Amino acid sequence: MTTTKDIDVLTICQLLRPAEERWIASRYRLTRADKDAVPDEIASKARALITSGLDGAPGALLDRMPNLEIITVNSVGYDLVDLKKALGRHIPVTHTPDVLTDDVADLAIGLMIMTSRRLGVADRFVRAGRWTREKFPVAGKVSGKKLGILGLGRIGRAIATRAEGFGMEILYTDRAKLNSNYRFLPDLISLARESDFLMVATSAGPDARHMVNAAVLEALGPEGILINIARGSVVDENALIAALEDGRIASAGLDVFEHEPNVPPLLFRRDDVVLLPHIASSTRETRGEMGRLVIRNLEAWFSGKPLVTPTPETLAMLANR
Amino acid sequence: MLDPIEVLQVAQVVPGIEAKLKATYRVHRANPGDTIPPDMAGRVRAVVAGGAAPAGLLAQLPKLEIIASASVGYDGIGVAEAAARGIPVTNTPNVLNDDVADLAIALMVMAARRLAAGDRYVRAGKWVSDGHMPLARTASNKKLGIVGLGRIGRDIARRAEAMNMTVSYTNRRPVEGVSYRFVPNLTQLARDNDFIIVIASAGPDATKMISRDVIEALGPDGILVNISRGRVVDEAALVEALKTGKLGGAGLDVFEDEPNVPAALMAMENVVLTPHLGSSTIETRTAMGQLALDNLAAWFAGKPLITEVPETQTARVAK
Repeated sequence: MTTTKDIDVLTICQLLRPAEERWIASRYRLTRADKDAVPDEIASKARALITSGLDGAPGALLDRMPNLEIITVNSVGYDLVDLKKALGRHIPVTHTPDVLTDDVADLAIGLMIMTSRRLGVADRFVRAGRWTREKFPVAGKVSGKKLGILGLGRIGRAIATRAEGFGMEILYTDRAKLNSNYRFLPDLISLARESDFLMVATSAGPDARHMVNAAVLEALGPEGILINIARGSVVDENALIAALEDGRIASAGLDVFEHEPNVPPLLFRRDDVVLLPHIASSTRETRGEMGRLVIRNLEAWFSGKPLVTPTPETLAMLANR
Repeated sequence: MLDPIEVLQVAQVVPGIEAKLKATYRVHRANPGDTIPPDMAGRVRAVVAGGAAPAGLLAQLPKLEIIASASVGYDGIGVAEAAARGIPVTNTPNVLNDDVADLAIALMVMAARRLAAGDRYVRAGKWVSDGHMPLARTASNKKLGIVGLGRIGRDIARRAEAMNMTVSYTNRRPVEGVSYRFVPNLTQLARDNDFIIVIASAGPDATKMISRDVIEALGPDGILVNISRGRVVDEAALVEALKTGKLGGAGLDVFEDEPNVPAALMAMENVVLTPHLGSSTIETRTAMGQLALDNLAAWFAGKPLITEVPETQTARVAK
């Protein structure tokens, strides 16, 4: 068995569970550092970097890591990794697709019903003892309504499968029409106009920034509900707040925000929003699976075997070598 | 012109339905427990209820011909009194199934994933001060036991199947034409499953059916969802099991003594509490109100009723 104990690994990942982190520490020389304060001697020695979709891997850090061979992202999204720099240096990047799809889709559906039926408000209403004095107002139905999905990738499809169980009519938009029975709309404005619920499930790239803007929200309309489980950057948060304040959309369910963990304080007092702290994949089961994928990719790399879940760009790079 | 038919309304209906009711009938308002002024009581030919119209109310109405309830449950209606007098009772079955099934799934996901707690966490500023929330539990791919596989139970099962859950159930007898596993014993069902959703119709023998034994069989990682009636669950045993960690969590839309909710529950992070919202959407309340109106219209036009409850139907046939 190859010895891995002298391999330096740096983790700046907030999402690794203690169990998986302990296992890695028992196999490698593991150092944990804050992503904004990685000491030079660690950065210069580390051959592997463990990070997450939240923590990323900025170019400035990669520049200080001359011995870096592999980046393992403990998330499905890796938009905060400087991919150009990494791949330019032939450093492969792995992520954790598929294992979190079910959790994210469950959360999307839960958040959609919770927002339309006002269940978060209802829970606070009961806890505040208001039920003994007041009647809770009637809310909006979910089943049988139209669900527009922005981004019919793995997660978008898992959401659609669930929504079918609720008798919903499913529409979507994506870069192009996909092999799917759901109705494709070529642009986001038309999708928003036709949908009762607009579900943001697209992966976040630079061109996705503020894709859901004032015009899209306007098209969603005063009865429309926005759900975002993708990335905060996809929605223009100021436009969203303005649309809610003016009643140009009905409500919103948000698991992600533009400047996490900071949520615009204007939203805190609103009863027409549900606000979650980016917990779409935050279960013991899934975080365990994700951590085990990080381990399997590290183990594969340092024993010269094929990576388990390289990102598509990494796969292309490795193929062209 | 004939005098309008006089109707006693003992329930809140959505404004659209109220307007239609008033356009057709002369409407009087009362609460189900009220004493009705005798002159008016003597003219009332129909009661519009929302699941409550006790025998004591009906006894005051000598000219009563029909009770149209905009509710699926009618255990608060004096059905025996009505049946004895040959008065039909109508309810609104099926109209609200989707809403109740949606709520059941939402409560399950919210309890497993701690979503209401998450919303409070963000609003309290804890995401900034305390960092990430503790990890929750997955719902998809788990095992769901349904107590009561009627129409709503099957609607819940269909949604759970879309989450790739394995569904089993208990019921008075096995249901034909479903592939879900039938488990006759409730404690066994609780032991076999990660989640239990209670949607059994609440006959008198259902009281405290979800006993301490059933709750403890569900176990420290188990989650109980109740959307049927509060008295079906032994609430004291439930509170104790949640407090001591013998049960993992709960999603509750109904309680033993509504609108009173045990104070101990209000302080717990592993429960979701909603104020009996089962079918509380504008779409469904409108559809339920419309069905009650349609039953009234059928009756006064001498046509067959659309959704009469079996008890009064049987009694009237026997007469």
